[in-house]
Amino acid sequence: MKIAVCIKRVADMGARFQIGADGTSVSDAGIKYDMSDFDEWAVEAALQLNEKHGGGEVTVISLGPDAAQETIRKALAMGADKGVHLKADRIPFDGFAIAEALAAELKDGAYDLILFGRIAVDSAAGVTGAMVAELLGLPCVTAVSKLDVNGAMGTAERQVEGGVETLSFPLPALCTIDQGLVTQARYPSLKGIMAAKKKPLESKPAQLGAISVSVRKMELPPERSAGRIVGEGAAAVPELIRLLQTEAKVL
Amino acid sequence: MANNILVVAEARGGDVRKVALEVVAAARSLADGLGGEVHAIVFGGAGIGAVAPKLGAVGADVVLVVEHDGFATYNAEAVAATVATQITTGGYRAALFGASAMGQDLAPRIGARLRVGVAADVVAVSADGTDIVVRHPMNTNKIIATMVLSATPALVSVRPGAVSVGTSAKAGAVQSVASAMDPAAGRVKVTGVSMGGGAKLDLAEAPVIVSGGRGLKAAENFSLVEELAAAFGNAAVGATRAVTDDGWRPHSDQIGQTGRQVSPDLYVAVGISGAIQHIAGMRNSKTIVAINKDKDAPIFKVADYGIVGDVFEILPALTAAVKAARAQG
Ligand SMILES: Cc1cc2nc3c(=O)[nH]c(=O)nc-3n(C[C@H](O)[C@H](O)[C@H](O)COP(=O)(O)OP(=O)(O)OC[C@H]3O[C@@H](n4cnc5c(N)ncnc54)[C@H](O)[C@@H]3O)c2cc1C
Repeated sequence: MKIAVCIKRVADMGARFQIGADGTSVSDAGIKYDMSDFDEWAVEAALQLNEKHGGGEVTVISLGPDAAQETIRKALAMGADKGVHLKADRIPFDGFAIAEALAAELKDGAYDLILFGRIAVDSAAGVTGAMVAELLGLPCVTAVSKLDVNGAMGTAERQVEGGVETLSFPLPALCTIDQGLVTQARYPSLKGIMAAKKKPLESKPAQLGAISVSVRKMELPPERSAGRIVGEGAAAVPELIRLLQTEAKVL
Repeated sequence: MANNILVVAEARGGDVRKVALEVVAAARSLADGLGGEVHAIVFGGAGIGAVAPKLGAVGADVVLVVEHDGFATYNAEAVAATVATQITTGGYRAALFGASAMGQDLAPRIGARLRVGVAADVVAVSADGTDIVVRHPMNTNKIIATMVLSATPALVSVRPGAVSVGTSAKAGAVQSVASAMDPAAGRVKVTGVSMGGGAKLDLAEAPVIVSGGRGLKAAENFSLVEELAAAFGNAAVGATRAVTDDGWRPHSDQIGQTGRQVSPDLYVAVGISGAIQHIAGMRNSKTIVAINKDKDAPIFKVADYGIVGDVFEILPALTAAVKAARAQG
């Protein structure tokens, strides 16, 4: 199968974030970057599908600054075949602007399947994949936790609150990948890292769409005030109950 | 007219979900700020119009009912086509969705059709002059972004549990609306839906969450967690990724960076170390209780109240004490 996976370079969420001097961005200082978790699973899912069904090609696409090429190289080292970098110095907060650029790139690619992560762990919007599907007129299933392809048909499961939906759809199609589909994305092997250096990576300007959602301000949420150890063992239970009733007022 | 707000009111099994009432409430205060009406559109099988008074009671002036057997379960393509048509013909200033599995799927489809962005998973929405302004937690709730929506319609999905439902009763006048597309003509077919235990409270809706980690040692010991949840009466059960990866609990119960993000009134973490990726999903809970045998476990750094000790000793005692406290009222 010809599969495209759209991936995003995001900050490592373990960091202690600071707001940038402009008040509308996250400061870069001391931040490490990597592929968004869900996108890593989407790359893994694409590689597994092609391994299972014999052959095919996986193209990874990332929109972002020049450093996004490192993220693409990682996916190539995992086993993807080629990369496309859509250059944009700042990744906008409007998923539609991004979706337009990705759709323009994907439109003539003749992909059987296009995968996204369900959500980017930094901007946490989860809108771009479904928008691209609409722009390309493709069948779309979001938040997929199980996926298989049989000839020209795909089947998927998606998690909804308190249950699971099973769906079937014709290819070509677009899916956004949730946790549960793969347990762990593969680590790039040394051989993979060497091979990735020789794989094709094309860079071109992103054709961003119009922006209608923008950031006015960013803030850090109030710190949680330090808690306390109520006590040890079952003996501490009565005091905990008292605090839940009289102080926290949740019981 | 130009300041009216459309709400897509999520229904399941013939009734509206709690998140639908919350989104109508959010739309009500937004419409009051802009000087417009709230119209709620609801999709369902035969008889779904019966939910209209519930939507009126929380602030819907008009309830648009799209009744069709094909809408007994969520039908993404036909719902998207109908909502997009309604937004255009009705000239709405904004459309609000719940940031649930359904709303997160639907809102971007409509954004692309109408060629505007979506402000997703917001915890507040308000009018600032003619602008619509939202607050959105990002970077695993470590940053709060204030965003402005400049286009009409402004599309916004509201995080479940973020808005409280008041009493701002309006007429809820029922109008019937036809589907813009034959629901059976969709390319994606729902071939099955399996719901785990009908009465179970969803994590996003539960005021109390009791969450278990690897400290419980085995899948069957989650009965202790379930008993504590049952004692609270209004609690859902969550889990860490260590537990869902081992198959002790379904993936849909996982809380954290790569699972669900929750903010209940009370979060009880049982045998959970408090890895940064877990805390990412529950740090906004109002009150956090942690039970862990390791006094240095990082979970105690975010907990308001901690008990150091063995879950197998403490949980039965806590369950009994919660039952007793609730019995006294
Ligand atoms: C990219 C990535 C994403 C991740 N996303 C998530 C996520 O979304 N959600 C998530 O939860 N994790 C996530 N993780 C995993 C996370 O890093 C931790 O591994 C996981 O949360 C640990 O789960 P745990 O607390 O149940 O287990 P452990 O870390 O093993 O902790 C068990 C705790 O139980 C205590 N304990 C043991 N026995 C007892 C007893 N008898 N009585 C009392 N206490 C006891 C121990 O002291 C310990 O603190 C992610 C990891 C990565 C790398």
